[in-house]
Amino acid sequence: MDLFGSFALLLAFVCAAYAFVGGIAAILTRHPLLVKSTRQAGMATCCLIFLATFSLEYLFFSDNFSIAYVVSHSNRDLSTFYKIAALWSGQEGSLLFWSFLLAIYVFSVLVTYRNKNGELMPYVGVVMAGVQIFFLMLNNFVASPFKALATPAANGALEYVTRADGNGLTPLLQYPEMVIHPPNLYSGYTGFTIPFAFALGALLARYPGEKWIHLTRKWTMIAWMFQSCGILLGAHWAYAVLGWGGYWGWDPVENASLLPWLTGTAFLHSVIMQEKRGMMKVWNVWLVFCTFLLCILGTFLTRSGVVSSVHAFAQSSIGSWFVGFIAIILLVCFGAYFLNRDYLKSENQLDSIVSRESSFLFNNLLLLVSCIAVLSGTLFPVFSEWITGDRISVGAPFFNKVNIPTGLLLLFLTGVGPLLAWRKTSTESLKRNFGWPLGTGLVAGVVAFALGFREFFSLICLILCVFVFSTIGLEFFRGAKVIRARSGASLLASAIDLTMRNTRRYGGYIVHVGMVFVFIGLSGAAFNRDTQKEMQLGQTMQIGPYTLLLQSFDTKPEKNYTAERMIVEVLRDNKPLMMLYPEKRKFSTTDQNGTMVAIYSTLREDLYVVFAGMSPDTQLPVMHAYLNPLVKWIWLGGVFVVFGTIVALLPNRRAVLVLAGAPQPAGQALPHGLTPSVTLREGHD
Amino acid sequence: MKKQAKFGIGIVVIIVSLASLAWMGYGESKTYYHTIVELQTLDSAARSHRIRVGGTVEPGSIRRYSGRVDFVLEGEGKKLPVSYVGGDPLPDTFADKAQALVEGRATSEGRFVAEHVQAKCASKYEAAPGVTGGAARKSSQPSTM
Repeated sequence: MDLFGSFALLLAFVCAAYAFVGGIAAILTRHPLLVKSTRQAGMATCCLIFLATFSLEYLFFSDNFSIAYVVSHSNRDLSTFYKIAALWSGQEGSLLFWSFLLAIYVFSVLVTYRNKNGELMPYVGVVMAGVQIFFLMLNNFVASPFKALATPAANGALEYVTRADGNGLTPLLQYPEMVIHPPNLYSGYTGFTIPFAFALGALLARYPGEKWIHLTRKWTMIAWMFQSCGILLGAHWAYAVLGWGGYWGWDPVENASLLPWLTGTAFLHSVIMQEKRGMMKVWNVWLVFCTFLLCILGTFLTRSGVVSSVHAFAQSSIGSWFVGFIAIILLVCFGAYFLNRDYLKSENQLDSIVSRESSFLFNNLLLLVSCIAVLSGTLFPVFSEWITGDRISVGAPFFNKVNIPTGLLLLFLTGVGPLLAWRKTSTESLKRNFGWPLGTGLVAGVVAFALGFREFFSLICLILCVFVFSTIGLEFFRGAKVIRARSGASLLASAIDLTMRNTRRYGGYIVHVGMVFVFIGLSGAAFNRDTQKEMQLGQTMQIGPYTLLLQSFDTKPEKNYTAERMIVEVLRDNKPLMMLYPEKRKFSTTDQNGTMVAIYSTLREDLYVVFAGMSPDTQLPVMHAYLNPLVKWIWLGGVFVVFGTIVALLPNRRAVLVLAGAPQPAGQALPHGLTPSVTLREGHD
Repeated sequence: MKKQAKFGIGIVVIIVSLASLAWMGYGESKTYYHTIVELQTLDSAARSHRIRVGGTVEPGSIRRYSGRVDFVLEGEGKKLPVSYVGGDPLPDTFADKAQALVEGRATSEGRFVAEHVQAKCASKYEAAPGVTGGAARKSSQPSTM
């Protein structure tokens, strides 16, 4: 099966090379047969990658311990769930998984547009094949997951061996989110290849108009949704597994996943400018280019360990491949831009500072500033070493100082932007749209201040969250009221109807609500508390309203680890509330420790209890408890973001124009029992 | 005033204020990487910076006391005694022979006082895989968001 897999990968490489070279020939000659054959070569590449991936999974499931990758990431006892995840738990497998997910996207694109956009698709196919070639080169020649396990024999020659059992999956990775977090994040990373391919293809083809933006809108949203989901799942994983009470530490790997998200978010907003007003064409093209580059950079940072590792650059030869690839992409992007830049002329100018255009402009500016700050902070050690010879890193204060105000300004724009009119907004409409929400926000701020809420940024955040939430609520309410007046349905049904008529606009609002929730959750971090204590049996610890009582302490051997466990009763206002079991696991096979955090989570706050080991002096167990307000809102916000994106991906329910009183022909029932009606208002999303 | 000028001013104000915040944050948190060998040759001005040192934890050198943990980092044949005084529990991956990155200040007696310790267990599995690396590398830094 390993031979089958590696052969499939090699053949995939050949097919991708044909799709690339043949594609260029097809563009030059316009020969229909060539166009068709390169498209089919592209599909064949994808299918071969699928086969290779399945054969690696087969090797995991058949416990084939003659393959190096299987030996180092699996063992016989590993459960099915984690055998699937073992695929992406190491370098070689992750890169194959990258190719696999990319192949899913490429295949869907090739199938979806097989008979459409004949002018553009050959270009898109060539770009996608180019990206696939790079990753297939890594899969085949640099980091093949199908290498047989070999050890040097006595005479120096390599000898193939088969082990009885594998080393197993690192215990830290044996956690349910291990199975869903990487696929989400990788789907985000790979997904941005599609808008990139369309943007570059359209530029190369000088494809007329905004068509490429319409074509890629959904693909971008899908990639963006996976990226958002992946980032939040990663944060949740860090929070629930690593046991330091936090979810985000501005670690280079975390930053790497945030970067394309920031530019991707900017892109999702600025395309609206191009669609509605024909502006920012150059900007949009470069945003897509940057997003894709940052995806590759992110993969590079996580794969090569260039920043985070103790020994810079030495760990993996894969780094130089990525640097080369990034250089080629940059070269191609610049080349395409300079050859065809006259095609990207803007049709309109900015009219007023209080307009929808300007809110989008500032939204983009802020997202980009934040992206540059995070990028420079992440790469600071590398650049400072080049320039000054000293390797200087920057920590959390740097990232927070820039990103907290930027985030709050963005939150403000989230509330303001959607309600401003295009071109210019009158004072009258400003009053009408913002009077109530602004008032509500300020009242909330005053109330919070009176209640002793003094943290500056959190207070601002609270005011803005209430403000944004009210503007969105008001939008839904106004729209739904108009529909209710006509249809007589309930307000909720009208709101759903409203959403379905303009899914992109109202789905977007739901995403905004999700972001408001995320901000609420983040603002809670200013009030985090923690305390640590050596605990005798029967002793208590007080944190906030909770009393933690150590009832007992036990050690119990499990299948492949020994668990030391604290049995803690939680009391609130002296009433028993629940039991928590923070534990520490010592893994026998790998000689590693694992912390199992116990969390009691409510919308108000998380009680987060860690067993921090035995005190060396007294041999008593040490308990570390954190009280983290509002954390749950972050995960809740994530759910709204995903839901909103899915709504935005749905096609609009078409409002059919009928003359009042015209009888409906009986046989002409509309799908899903829709009531035809006049479009109530023009969706100006 | 012309429209373009208004936009220009708005953009400049935002960028300048964020850049100055970034500069402040940089001053507060900049940390110099040094190897253990370099650390011993630094002049006193350079020693006063926040410093980050990487090395391998010497087997058997970890001593836990209440309020601090002492251990010895090895690298390039040199040794560096370290006292960890931070408030957070040490990462699970911190053990004998683990690669560790300590952050803090060097004292004049040649001991390094660390406030943060990151550890990566290098011997048991290869370089932490990407996203999954988030878990392999556990930081003792507090959440700051």
